[in-house]
Amino acid sequence: MTEMLFSDGGQALWTITIAAAANLTCALLGCYLLLRRMSLLGDALSHAVLPGVVLGFWISGSTSSAWVFVSAIATGLLATLLIQSLNGLGQVAEDASMGVVFTSLFALGVVLLVKVGARVDLDVDCVLFGLIDYAWLNTQPLWGREVPRDLMPLVGVLAATILFVGLLWKELKLAAFDARLATAMGFSATLLHYLLMAMVAQATVAGFYAVGLVLVVAMLIVPAATGQLLSDRLAGMMAWAAGVAVSSAALGYWAEMKLETGIAPMMALVAGGEFTIALVFAPRQGLAGRAFNRLSLTVRIVAEDIIGMLYRTVEADPRLAEAGVARRRCLAAGGGGWRARLALPWLWWRGDVAWAAERRVRLTAAGRARAEALVRAHRLWEAYLGENFDLPLDHLHEPAELVEHYLGPALLEQLSSELRRPDLDPHGKAIPGNPERASGGQSATAARPP
Amino acid sequence: MIAYNTAVVLAGTSLLGASSGLIGVFALLRRRALLGDTLAHAALPGLCLGFLLWQERNLPVMLTGAFLSGLAGIAVVAGLRRFTRIKDDAALGIVLSLFFGAGLALLKRIQTHAVGGSRAGLDHYIFGSAAGMIAGDVAIIATVALCVLTAVLLLYKEFRLVTFDDEFARAQGWPAALLDLLIMLLIALTVTVALPAAGVVLTAALVILPAAAARFCTQRLSAMLAISALFGASSGVVGTLASASGGIPTGPMIVLAGAGVFLAAMLCAPRRGIVSQMLAQRRARRRIERQKLLLAFDATTAPVTIEALRSATSFSPRRLGGVLRLSERDGFLRRTAAGAWTLTDLGRSRAAAVARAQRLWRRFLTSFPESVSLFNDLDLERIDEVLPAEVMARLEQS
Repeated sequence: MTEMLFSDGGQALWTITIAAAANLTCALLGCYLLLRRMSLLGDALSHAVLPGVVLGFWISGSTSSAWVFVSAIATGLLATLLIQSLNGLGQVAEDASMGVVFTSLFALGVVLLVKVGARVDLDVDCVLFGLIDYAWLNTQPLWGREVPRDLMPLVGVLAATILFVGLLWKELKLAAFDARLATAMGFSATLLHYLLMAMVAQATVAGFYAVGLVLVVAMLIVPAATGQLLSDRLAGMMAWAAGVAVSSAALGYWAEMKLETGIAPMMALVAGGEFTIALVFAPRQGLAGRAFNRLSLTVRIVAEDIIGMLYRTVEADPRLAEAGVARRRCLAAGGGGWRARLALPWLWWRGDVAWAAERRVRLTAAGRARAEALVRAHRLWEAYLGENFDLPLDHLHEPAELVEHYLGPALLEQLSSELRRPDLDPHGKAIPGNPERASGGQSATAARPP
Repeated sequence: MIAYNTAVVLAGTSLLGASSGLIGVFALLRRRALLGDTLAHAALPGLCLGFLLWQERNLPVMLTGAFLSGLAGIAVVAGLRRFTRIKDDAALGIVLSLFFGAGLALLKRIQTHAVGGSRAGLDHYIFGSAAGMIAGDVAIIATVALCVLTAVLLLYKEFRLVTFDDEFARAQGWPAALLDLLIMLLIALTVTVALPAAGVVLTAALVILPAAAARFCTQRLSAMLAISALFGASSGVVGTLASASGGIPTGPMIVLAGAGVFLAAMLCAPRRGIVSQMLAQRRARRRIERQKLLLAFDATTAPVTIEALRSATSFSPRRLGGVLRLSERDGFLRRTAAGAWTLTDLGRSRAAAVARAQRLWRRFLTSFPESVSLFNDLDLERIDEVLPAEVMARLEQS
């Protein structure tokens, strides 16, 4: 493994390391941007720091100098300030003021880049693809080993970010989830906001090395959004985001080697692919899981409607218990369509119904017990409504038809005891499944709710 | 005399500016300013696919691809918003960056693999270049501009309703969703044809800047549309000329010209501009200070010393000096030989008016304390304009 990594003169190792450091910085801070619903501010900042980056390069004459970060942070804070004052002082809507500021600053940056970029070996492509393609070639010795020059500032920024997140964990978390509470508890939300913005501006520059300025937003938002789909806790979200950041660095490099489509876009696309996988397959938030849950709920309800109908039919005419009911009527009771067609085999598979002769369906013993519980829920609810609400008799069925699927045993027991264990519902039909249901018709009438 | 090529390019960019300025007004007022940004970024893969499909620069094919992939991006944003816990802003950011990443990957592949000269110029779509514009391109732009203009003229009333109160529009039975969709399609069309000249990264500015600048200049939608179109067209012309002389991509120069227009409008616009707002604020402050000063004289012509005035008004010495000087200039006050101040006749009648207004305001606020919040401008001397005549009569009597 190590030999494979070093066989190309360290290209893979160093490129992936640089990219991973930058992506990690972006992903950690992106979590806060996402939670505070400031993703677009991250996008705006990443565009707006361009003039600062170019000036930093111009002043220092090199790509790996602290000046780049200093002037980028200054420009980033200036942009934040401008956006806020346009919004406050000039009464420009928030999104429009972001749009005005970042496009103008970015345009200024491009002009500067074209004018002075040639002097520092910087061209417009850097904005799009980052500096990562050749970063591993430009090295300096460190502890007896040649290390890429650009890695130093990136590791510094990553360390600063981890320190920032670690030290202000509680405060940042509070501000991310409840900014007003944070202010009320005495953490200056404004100070935290500007600190976060400075860190994001820094991360943007780090991202600039790896993926270029335009794609920084992918590294800020996409890992964080993936984490949000996979976890409900901030720490979990960050861990997932970090995983996406690092894996997209490695896989992005590998994909570039295969497809020759640029490291920066491929890293963004790998992160996007991981996001899509999370979107579909995340355990709780995933589209697939949610679709399956909804489908199984639908099928359960339709199936319950069918066995409820079977029970009532047999109740009205006990001779049908063996002969069963026509399949067509069962489908109609389930509302017809594919749901009923799915629910009927499902009932058979569960052993609740059995096929009788001539395409007829009958309840099994298990199905009968299940249907009894359902009809009991239905009629208890009708009885409860009849007793407590001044509704005409013909208005009781429909609400009960909806509610019967959701009444648990505990609630049913409570309803039953509150109604003094009735034997008949308001329509005069027997409520099945009463434990002490031995009494005759006479006492049943007496127990009827008024 | 302008050369033919220059004239073509100028016609193209000014038409582009005008139509994006026009539709940008609705984007801005509907709070959809950044939708254009996402659209433009999401258009890049379609642009590249169009190129790969045709294997050469065929503008209509590429623009069709760009339009379709831009719309696909917006559809994904809508889907994320509807079906997942991803919030609006994050959805825009995700779609913007991932579509753009896909576009860049395609672009890189075209750059490394496509044959010879045909790949040249494709990267111009990132930052924009109007220099190569030909009459055919201008015809496409003009068609879109005409579409936008016709739609805005024909559906002006409907667009206005949907823009300012879409719930009311829906309740009134207008097809609000359809109109909204139409506005979005017009934005998408405009953004798409602007891509070659302004570039993927900066096209959004064409939609936002002129409209945001026009917002400072007027409160009326019709005037705002006209001003925004004018701003857009002029920044297009200025940006193109500046870019031609400096060897800089056209997109950034048009945006910088637009930013200049925006800055100028924000500072100097007649009523909502920052300068005139500051002036208006200063005027209001001076009026209120003078009212306070006049009340301090208690409607007498007896001279009052500086110290007495200071304790009555609680102004700082510098501010008191300023108010006194201004009131003297306007003829309300006179300095006596002893260095004290006294009201002139004009000053006395004004002081009496202020005192009456203050009395009535107090009465009004004690009788109707719940309506305090209705008046954000508690200017004493405007009480007769603010309160209805019959209320004033009742206040005078009590």
